[in-house]
Amino acid sequence: MIEVRIHGRGGQGNVVAAYLLATTAINEGWHAQAFPAFGAERRGAPVVAFVRLNHEPIRRRCQVVSPDFLIIQDEALMNVPGITNGLKADGGILLNTARGSDSYTGDIDSSLITLPATQLAQQYLGRPVPNTALLSAFLKLTDLLPQPALIKSLEERFKGPVLEKNIALIEAAAETIPDNSWKMTINA
Amino acid sequence: MRKALEGSQAIAQTVALCRPQVVAAYPITPQTHIVENIAKLVADGNMDCELVSVESEFSAASLVLGAACAGSRTYTASASQGILLMSEVLYNIAGLRIPMVMTCANRAISAPLSIWNDQQDSMAVRDAGWIQLYCASNQEAVDTTIQAYRIAEATELPVMVCMDGFTLTHTLEPIDIPAQAMVDEYLPPFNFSRALDPANPISIGTLVSPDHYSEARHSHHHALLAAADEIIAADADWQQLSGRAAGGLLSVSGPDDAQIGILTLGSIVGTLSAASDTYTDLPATQLINLRAYRPFPVDALRLACSGLTDLIVLERALSPGFGGIVSAEVHAALAGMPAVPRIHSFAVGLGGRDIPLEIYRTLHERINVAEPQPFSIIDVEREKLPVEDHGIEVTGIMT
Repeated sequence: MIEVRIHGRGGQGNVVAAYLLATTAINEGWHAQAFPAFGAERRGAPVVAFVRLNHEPIRRRCQVVSPDFLIIQDEALMNVPGITNGLKADGGILLNTARGSDSYTGDIDSSLITLPATQLAQQYLGRPVPNTALLSAFLKLTDLLPQPALIKSLEERFKGPVLEKNIALIEAAAETIPDNSWKMTINA
Repeated sequence: MRKALEGSQAIAQTVALCRPQVVAAYPITPQTHIVENIAKLVADGNMDCELVSVESEFSAASLVLGAACAGSRTYTASASQGILLMSEVLYNIAGLRIPMVMTCANRAISAPLSIWNDQQDSMAVRDAGWIQLYCASNQEAVDTTIQAYRIAEATELPVMVCMDGFTLTHTLEPIDIPAQAMVDEYLPPFNFSRALDPANPISIGTLVSPDHYSEARHSHHHALLAAADEIIAADADWQQLSGRAAGGLLSVSGPDDAQIGILTLGSIVGTLSAASDTYTDLPATQLINLRAYRPFPVDALRLACSGLTDLIVLERALSPGFGGIVSAEVHAALAGMPAVPRIHSFAVGLGGRDIPLEIYRTLHERINVAEPQPFSIIDVEREKLPVEDHGIEVTGIMT
C-alpha cells in the first residue's frame, strides 16, 4: 500500500489534490482512499490531506502516520516543526518551490524533488494554484499511474478553458521532472 | 457502477435513486455536502423533488413529517446539535409511525464544541423510537439508505442511517452506485396507508388520554422489535439483486474458534479488521459489527457471543455518570447465557480523535486482567488532564 500525505494551505486545493490522485487510481482499477485531516479549514491556514493507494480493498480509516511520500504545496511549511514526521526512510518529498532540489541538500535525509508549481500555475492558469502541477510531477516521479489517467480525472471535475489550461499545465510540469526517480515496486 | 466518490456525494446520488418527493434539511457540518449535492442534483434537473430550504433543523424535521403524512416519500439529514434541535420532532415522527429516512452524519455534541466525529448524537436519540442502522463503509451507507426506505415503508417506522461524519462523509473511495432500474425494482412507489386525504379525512397526532397511551407505546415497542425481520429480509433481497449485503442485524468476521470478540458500531470496524491482519501475534479475535442498534438484536448477539470468553465493547459515546451505553445493553442482552463472556467496556475516538491501528493492541493489553475493569475512555491522555485529576482512575459503575 502506498500512503501519501499532502500539506498545503487553505485555498490551494489540498483536498482536491487528494481526491484527484485517488480518483485517478480508482479509474485505473486501483483501490484508493482520500480524506482531509478534518479541520475547520480557513484560507491560508496549514491543512493536511491523506491518500492511500492499493491493489486490495483498503479497510483502515485511521490517519496516515508513516507516509511513503509527502507533497508539500507551500515551501514555508517546511519550517513547521514535524512536517516530515513519520515519512518512511526511503520515502520522497515533492516540494513546491522555485528553488532547485539541491537547495535542501543536507537538511533532509529523504529524496527531495522540487517543482516551481506556483510559477507554472501562474503562467498557465493565471492563478497561483499549484495542486495539479504537483500531481502531474508526482505521477512522473513514481510512475504509479499514467498521465492520461490524470487528464481523465481532471475532465470529470473541470471543463472548458479551465480544463484546457490545466492539461497544458500538467504537461509542462511533467516535462520539468526526471522520469521514474521514485519508481518503486508496489507490494500490495 | 463503480465510481470514485466522496461519501456525501454517494449518499446524495443514492437518495436521488430512491425518488423522494420532498427533501428538507438545514446545513450542519459534517452533513452539509449531502444536502449541497442533493441541491445540485435538483438544480441540474437530475432529481425531481420538492427541495425546501428551512430555517432550522426543527423545521426540517417538521416539514418532512407533514409531507410524509400527506403521503410523500421524504428525506432529511442532520448531525450533532441539529439532531438535538430536531429531537422533539423525531419522537413525534416515530410515535406517529411515519415512514421516512434520514441520514445522521455522526458528530460529537457540545460542549466542548466539536465539529468532529463520534456517535453521541444518534445515541442521544436512541429512545426516540426510530430504527437505527450504523454503517461501516460508504458502500454500506449507500446500500443501507436504499434498504432503509424499504424497511421504513414496510414497518411504518422511521429509519435513521448513521454514518460517521468525516471518516465516511468526507472520504473519497470506490463506491458502487446501483442502476436506477435496480433501485426501482427493489423499491416500489410509496403508498402510505394513513396518508391525509380530504376525500377520506382522518386525524394524525391527536391528544391521547391515559385510556390509550400505554397501548400506543406497547404497539410502537413491538413494531420496533418486529422490524428485525424486515431488516434481515430487506438486506437479503438487496443482496440477491445487487450481489452485496450490508450486514443484516449484525455481522461477524474473524476465525470461528476465536475466544475474544470486539463489538463496535460504524467505520472503526474497518480499522480493527486491518489491525487484526497486522498484529498476528495477538490472539484470534472475532469482530462483531453491530449494524442494527434499534431494534437491539438480542438473539443474534447471543448467538455471535457464544463461545467467547471475553467481549470488548468499543463505543463512540458514553453516558456520563454511568459509562458505556452500548455495553450496558450488551450486559443485559447476554445475562442468563450459559457462559456469559467477560465484558470489557471502552469508549474511543471521541470528538474526532484519530483511532490508530495500534488501538487493537491496546485493547488486547487492557483485557489481560483478572477481572474486567470499570468503563473507561481508552485513549485519554492523562498528562492533558487537570493536575488534580492526574492519577485518578476514571472509574464508574460496572457496565
